[in-house]
Amino acid sequence: MASENAQNAPRVGTTRVKRGLADMLKGGVIMDVVTADQARIAEEAGAVAVMALERVPADIRAQGGVARMSDPDLIDAIIDAVSIPVMAKARIGHFAEAQVLAALKVDYIDESEVLSPADYSNHIDKWAFEVPFVCGATNLGEALRRITEGAAMIRSKGEAGTGDISEAVKHLRTIRSQLNNLASMDPDQLYLAAKELQAPYDLVSEVARTGKLPVVLFVAGGVATPADAALVMQMGAEGVFVGSGIFKSGDPARRAAAIVRATAAYDDPATVAEVSRGLGEAMVGINVADLPAPHRLAERGW
Amino acid sequence: MRVGVLALQGGVSEHLEILRGLGVTTVEVRRPADLEGLDAIVLPGGESTVFDKLARAFGLAGPLKAGIEAGLPTLATCAGLIYLARRVLDAAPGQQTLEVLDVTVARNAFGSQLDSFETRLQVEGVAEPAPATFIRAPVVTEIGPDAHGVCRLDDGRTVGVQQGAITGYAFHPEESGDPRLHIAWLNSW
Repeated sequence: MASENAQNAPRVGTTRVKRGLADMLKGGVIMDVVTADQARIAEEAGAVAVMALERVPADIRAQGGVARMSDPDLIDAIIDAVSIPVMAKARIGHFAEAQVLAALKVDYIDESEVLSPADYSNHIDKWAFEVPFVCGATNLGEALRRITEGAAMIRSKGEAGTGDISEAVKHLRTIRSQLNNLASMDPDQLYLAAKELQAPYDLVSEVARTGKLPVVLFVAGGVATPADAALVMQMGAEGVFVGSGIFKSGDPARRAAAIVRATAAYDDPATVAEVSRGLGEAMVGINVADLPAPHRLAERGW
Repeated sequence: MRVGVLALQGGVSEHLEILRGLGVTTVEVRRPADLEGLDAIVLPGGESTVFDKLARAFGLAGPLKAGIEAGLPTLATCAGLIYLARRVLDAAPGQQTLEVLDVTVARNAFGSQLDSFETRLQVEGVAEPAPATFIRAPVVTEIGPDAHGVCRLDDGRTVGVQQGAITGYAFHPEESGDPRLHIAWLNSW
């Protein structure tokens, strides 16, 4: 009886299971938190998931030094504090950090340029893990390379820790226009397109046929206000990561709830206006144009 | 036929695609006005705590509950099932539900994402086993007299229930693209 139908046996860590969790996060806001208390505030405000990290990007930027995976005790405390999914960041290429995060049973791993890269040539082989990964991208080729390595979700990188939405807008627009461009090509153009995107032909061909990525596309890096969230959602983002924008602002609980509502009601300016009232100070921020090139996180990843 | 899909957050497009493939006119439901003229509604997967907060913030929770109580046929998957349930174990602080389906559900009953899985399950009224994707899924721990189980795991835990024109699954039939459970629901009322 037990072996009567092997295809009915439960299977964990499949592509559908990994990409499926990202599907369930769509339309939601994923918030950076550095303590269990912040995680509770995020959940109460309507976060769809929290991202556990040791310092928010604005502090990594201000304090400098090597930024690494969080302390396991901190991740455990955050997992215990909330009932929503918990994500955590590993350094680019640092598969041992990812193994630790998987052992801690985080729900998603962000192989993130916000932390200091561990490998300047290779990203993590994400197929080797049962836990799903999200990765950043600034353009379509980068997104497709990450998907080829096993990423189950993509976020545009933006420029983390700045509160400046311009890079997120640039990356999202770039990815969207490259997708549209690919979808308009004749089949005989796709071989050169694959070469130029530095991505496998089969994946390029699939994307050209469907006109979209095979995984969910969120936006990250620089979202600080409800209107920022509404902007990127109208441009085709499927959800939003907010890093420093919430807990570096004057009234985190209120701002967090406002960004959640604006993300859901992104096409309703009256609601976005209403939730934007009385939020106190937004994070001060830094203009990306004023950042010297070596301090631009979006340029990490290859 | 006009079928709404609750579109506050979550796996909305997967349900829209299946319904459109069946020739159904679909409506994304975010506001009370979107409920007007619907023949049925789908509550998708997503995060049940977020459905609750947004539905209350946008004034949708009351009219949605009233509509379902008045007989609006409803299909709910995963978080949607939690959002319908009368009783929720392991609810987040302050979490409310519509309390229209006479069951108790336990959230995240299988553990973390590492314990999420896909399988095929026999569902009452459907000929062959159907693909079922469980993502941080709940289970039904108690079924009241108004409802009955329609689908169980091998270990006996209930993962599908029906109560009149309401059908709820703890898993995601929509993730596979297989429309048979949607067809069974559309034919059940």
